[in-house]
Amino acid sequence: MSRLIVASIGPASSVQDGGRHGAQRYGLTVSGAMDRLSLAAANTLVGNEPFAAAVEIGPFGASFTARDGAVRVAISGAPRNADVAGNPVAMDTSVTLKDGETLTLGFARGGAFTYLAIQGAIKGEPVFGSLAVNARAGLGSPYPRPLQAGDEFNVDAASGASELRIELPKPVSGPIRVLLGPQDDEFDEANKALFLNSEWKISATSDRMGYRLEGPAIKHLHGHNIVSDGTVNGSIQVPGNGAPIALMMDRGTSGGYPKIATVITADIGRLAQTSAGTAFRFKAVSMAEAQDEARKFAQAIRSLPDRLRSADTVALNIEALSDANVAGYAVSAVDAGTWQVTAEP
Amino acid sequence: MAATLPPPRLLPSGDSAVTVEFSRTIDDEANQRVLALDKALAASPIDGITETVPTYRSLLVHYDPGKIGFDALGQTILPIAIRPLPPVTKARRWRIPVAYGGEHGIDLEDVAKALGTTPDDIVARHAGGDYKVAMIGFTPGWSYLSGLDKSLHMSRRQSPRLLTPAGTISIGGIQAGIQCLAAPSGWHLLGRTPVRTYQLHRNPTFLTEPGDRVTFFAIDHKMFEEMDRAAEAGEIVAEQVVA
Repeated sequence: MSRLIVASIGPASSVQDGGRHGAQRYGLTVSGAMDRLSLAAANTLVGNEPFAAAVEIGPFGASFTARDGAVRVAISGAPRNADVAGNPVAMDTSVTLKDGETLTLGFARGGAFTYLAIQGAIKGEPVFGSLAVNARAGLGSPYPRPLQAGDEFNVDAASGASELRIELPKPVSGPIRVLLGPQDDEFDEANKALFLNSEWKISATSDRMGYRLEGPAIKHLHGHNIVSDGTVNGSIQVPGNGAPIALMMDRGTSGGYPKIATVITADIGRLAQTSAGTAFRFKAVSMAEAQDEARKFAQAIRSLPDRLRSADTVALNIEALSDANVAGYAVSAVDAGTWQVTAEP
Repeated sequence: MAATLPPPRLLPSGDSAVTVEFSRTIDDEANQRVLALDKALAASPIDGITETVPTYRSLLVHYDPGKIGFDALGQTILPIAIRPLPPVTKARRWRIPVAYGGEHGIDLEDVAKALGTTPDDIVARHAGGDYKVAMIGFTPGWSYLSGLDKSLHMSRRQSPRLLTPAGTISIGGIQAGIQCLAAPSGWHLLGRTPVRTYQLHRNPTFLTEPGDRVTFFAIDHKMFEEMDRAAEAGEIVAEQVVA
């Protein structure tokens, strides 16, 4: 057994996995990684199951130190500078930390969340099959809260396997695709058009529960109260003030505001990785297209092991790889107060 | 019971869930149909459905579009959803102890004043009710109850409280509730129960299910302390009445 010590870490960083399914009927939030493709890529690099528990690192820097032996890790997601003892570590590669070595990660250069997967995965006590942190319900293991400096994980000793990189599918760019509904009939055509044709920005008061959208006020046809019904990841609800909120992984399981549209599965990670203040648009797609994209997205995750390459060839590709990571994520500064995990619904 | 509702609407909730909506309003028949459909889908699972979430008026059905498409799922669900309601089966019934008023129910006196009666009368009307768990949502174990006495219907507080205690027993609008975890709330707080509707390391983790019946009985504050200790240690402390 080795240990991986959290030497330093910013807010909005926690252990996440594929989420806690099967108990939404009891009010239990799903939680799980904000960007599932990046979680799966990091896990695949170190030989884990795609949705094994890993560290979701918020937009600020972090550092991790190996103790009592070597630890093999991998990083994927929002691009940032990374190094071990001054030697750069590329995004989407694995690296083995020798006993006492520290992996240092800088601020996200675009997007928000980077995933640190550990060979053998993070170990803990699952609840409803998941170690994902849901601070509000006191769930998550080994720490039922955001990570703090000094936290540590008991992890497998590094296998000594040679390092890998992963060639991810070309990032999708363009508008965030949505399906209208389930309550698009609570809005007239003009307001639906206003939603689809306007430029939006994610507010600095967003968190894992919801992304607040800044743009024109969307007006309801019959007021903003509906009888509470179920929510999904990516539900876009419109409260009384007309400012839409995209519900994210720590959403309440039910909600009482009309939901004008729902982000398609394939684009939820892209929305999650859109920096606060960056302008973007929505685009309505058909059910057939959304489901086709969802199937392709699932297939992309299944096929990640086929995209592994020896890290020896990385020197030639590091620039292209870095560009590919940055493309699709507009770079912007992130307000320091943005990514606090708030305690209110 | 005469079926008066039209067939449900199938509303897309993204590419991996569909809202089967029986009514736009809180309606007992709609809720019965939601729970009947939920039960039918649990009894005869449809390949591709991953999770169902009953609410007052609709059933949210999560599914894997890699296994079944929206149209095929709708065609499979609709005939089940419009079946006549099955005869009412015997529901599980919980008797939930409540310490009313004082520090545990800080709104009891104001509610009595607003409704022109005494706190004892409010307690009698609330505890005398026969409730049904219509849905569970918002936070783990938060049980929304239908069946609140009409004389207790009153609008929610103008300004919601940012934090209300675990175990809060409250009323809001036409609903009553059992709240498990400390949470924000705009409802009127009548009392607290030592019962945990959600407790992580207890079997069962969740006590209440949609469709369960609930009645309340008053306990004094000393009894609350005793039962609260027992509940903390993992006892259920609610009485289950098997009809």
